[in-house]
Amino acid sequence: MRRDRLTFGMILGIPLMQILLFGYAINTDVRNLTAAVADEAGTHRSRQFVAELRETQVVRIAQRVETAGQLEELLRAGRISVGIHIPPDFDRRVIDAQRAAAHLLIDGSDPTIIGIVNALKNMPVSFDTTAQPDRMPAIEVRTYYNPEARTPVNVIPGLIGVILTMTMLLFTAVAVVRERERGNLELLINTPVTSAELMIGKVIPYVVIGLLQLAVALLVGYLLFDVPVRGSIVELYVAASLFIVANLSLGLFVSTAVSTQFQAMQMTFFLLLPSILLSGFIFPFDGMPKFAQYLGEILPITHFVRLARGIMLREADLTAMTGALVYLGVFTLVTVTAASLRFSKRLD
Amino acid sequence: MADLAIRARGLTKRFGDLVAVNNLDLDVPRAAIYGFLGPNGSGKSTVIRMLCGLLTPTEGSADVLGLKVSDNANQLKPRIGYMTQKFSLFGDMTVLENLQFIAAIYSIPKSRRAPRIDELLENYNLTQQRAQFAGTMSGGQKQRLALACAVLHKPDLLLLDEPTSAVDPQSRRDFWANLFRLAESGTAILVSTHYMDEAERCHRLAILDHGVKVADGTPQELQDGTGMSVVEVLADDPYAAQAVIQSIAEVASVTQLGVRLRVLIPASVDEPLLLVSKYLDAKNIAATAQLSRPSLEDVFVAVTMKPGARAA
Ligand SMILES: Nc1ncnc2c1ncn2[C@@H]1O[C@H](COP(=O)(O)OP(=O)(O)O)[C@@H](O)[C@H]1O
Ligand SMILES: [Mg+2]
Repeated sequence: MRRDRLTFGMILGIPLMQILLFGYAINTDVRNLTAAVADEAGTHRSRQFVAELRETQVVRIAQRVETAGQLEELLRAGRISVGIHIPPDFDRRVIDAQRAAAHLLIDGSDPTIIGIVNALKNMPVSFDTTAQPDRMPAIEVRTYYNPEARTPVNVIPGLIGVILTMTMLLFTAVAVVRERERGNLELLINTPVTSAELMIGKVIPYVVIGLLQLAVALLVGYLLFDVPVRGSIVELYVAASLFIVANLSLGLFVSTAVSTQFQAMQMTFFLLLPSILLSGFIFPFDGMPKFAQYLGEILPITHFVRLARGIMLREADLTAMTGALVYLGVFTLVTVTAASLRFSKRLD
Repeated sequence: MADLAIRARGLTKRFGDLVAVNNLDLDVPRAAIYGFLGPNGSGKSTVIRMLCGLLTPTEGSADVLGLKVSDNANQLKPRIGYMTQKFSLFGDMTVLENLQFIAAIYSIPKSRRAPRIDELLENYNLTQQRAQFAGTMSGGQKQRLALACAVLHKPDLLLLDEPTSAVDPQSRRDFWANLFRLAESGTAILVSTHYMDEAERCHRLAILDHGVKVADGTPQELQDGTGMSVVEVLADDPYAAQAVIQSIAEVASVTQLGVRLRVLIPASVDEPLLLVSKYLDAKNIAATAQLSRPSLEDVFVAVTMKPGARAA
């Protein structure tokens, strides 16, 4: 064991860390969905209604806007998961059994949100008196972007992120370590090749592979599961390229931290699990405790899942999601720098 | 001295507690083949890696081609050819692709690449294998390819780390013919080996033992300077003879080579031949003994027996 301390650490450390991390972090009982309110009524009753919604703790009201249109914009940009729209005639609607009093606009591109908000719909509110047995629900839910709530539509954008993370990370990390094991690297670093050239030479073929994988995933998603790309496919490719490069640079960094292919693989899986669990791909981001959200924010895939869902399902523009793009760029820069610093043209 | 290809002083490398190379001084002339003889683990690869800047010396420094390695690694790289101990070209590329790749890495102008590669394929007898995947070649072919790649950019200094350890005797002879040709054309060559016969072919050599240089000089000087007399004993029963000879207090070492025994006795002992014969006769062991010139193997035995002893 002294010979391979890293492997030993991984054998014990990884499961321990992951069970602790995910045991605390994963919570399917989602609270605090980011929400915005457009209270066009502005009456005492409407304010009380909003307060009751907030008390359920299912939504966290982050913003107030004027119109339903503004709610839709926030939804499209991925800034909120739920929009609460209270029409101007709210007070009259409350007593009208034929009309819904308020609307919840929800982002159907995130699978878990649908179920949760459906629960909200049936919550008892003060004005919903039992005196009206055949009243239609006071709150009407409008699901945007995936109104039929089809699972593939929700899952495939995130799945693309997971597939790209796995292959890109594994490819680079293992390829570089294999070259070191085979001695290729010892030969190469004795030539005038610079570290940057070496790394770029390694990375470019994999960018092409990653983009091909994306094409295959999109095509299969479209043909078999009818998953749309509502936004611009060019923008999707731009986002994916940035995401691929971010993963490749992370792979390079991993390759400088491990010494065997086996360790490279373990490290990849170590990074893959949080990528699946903390990225919002399966479990809703809003449902995680703060520290897990911070961890999730570090992972490139979290940002890519947002970008992919935005472009593919919500027809969002990249310009509305510059934060995610900038983060991927910064992440790449940081990891590439760290990798080059560690990857000196030396063996010791 | 500017006419030295390598000048190292006090070169030391420690890996934790292990002293892999200990206070090594080295003077390697230009246009000659300098041998590095030592058993596995004696520090040959570590020295070579320090000379090409792959490892940082713990202490001491080295000048290569007149430049300090530690400050000029990048200027030196294009002037050094390095052949790693392990085959380190790309097994999943063809011979030609490997050569083209190395040519591109050394930024050899496109117009000069093809003729240079053809020349190398010709010289190193690889024309037939040009389209073969490097990973599927024999040991001798791999080694020729590795040498061709190491000399592609016409380096002034070639560092060869046990180039012949996975190669048959015929290939080794051809390989050495290539080395002599290169040395003649002005290339300085440092080659490490654990084969005595190869060490004998070098213009000069250093013997390394446990990271310490225990001797250096031309093969001649080393053979003449062992400070030992060598008695060769031919016995019907070499085991019995060996047991007897080992019991002689003055004998420094006995090595069996088939039916022959090489007996090293310090030169300070008078009449070594008589001494051995006397003991063998006393035990009635049928054997003929004669004085012999120390071979490199004897040199090696002699210098590794008493570490620190210097010949020449
Ligand atoms: N990177 C390293 N880390 C630790 N020990 C090493 C390393 N490289 C070599 N050694 C040790 O240094 C000694 C000399 O090794 P080496 O130079 O490879 O010998 P040689 O090439 O003569 O067989 C050996 O004991 C080896 O185990
Ligand atoms: Mg070696």
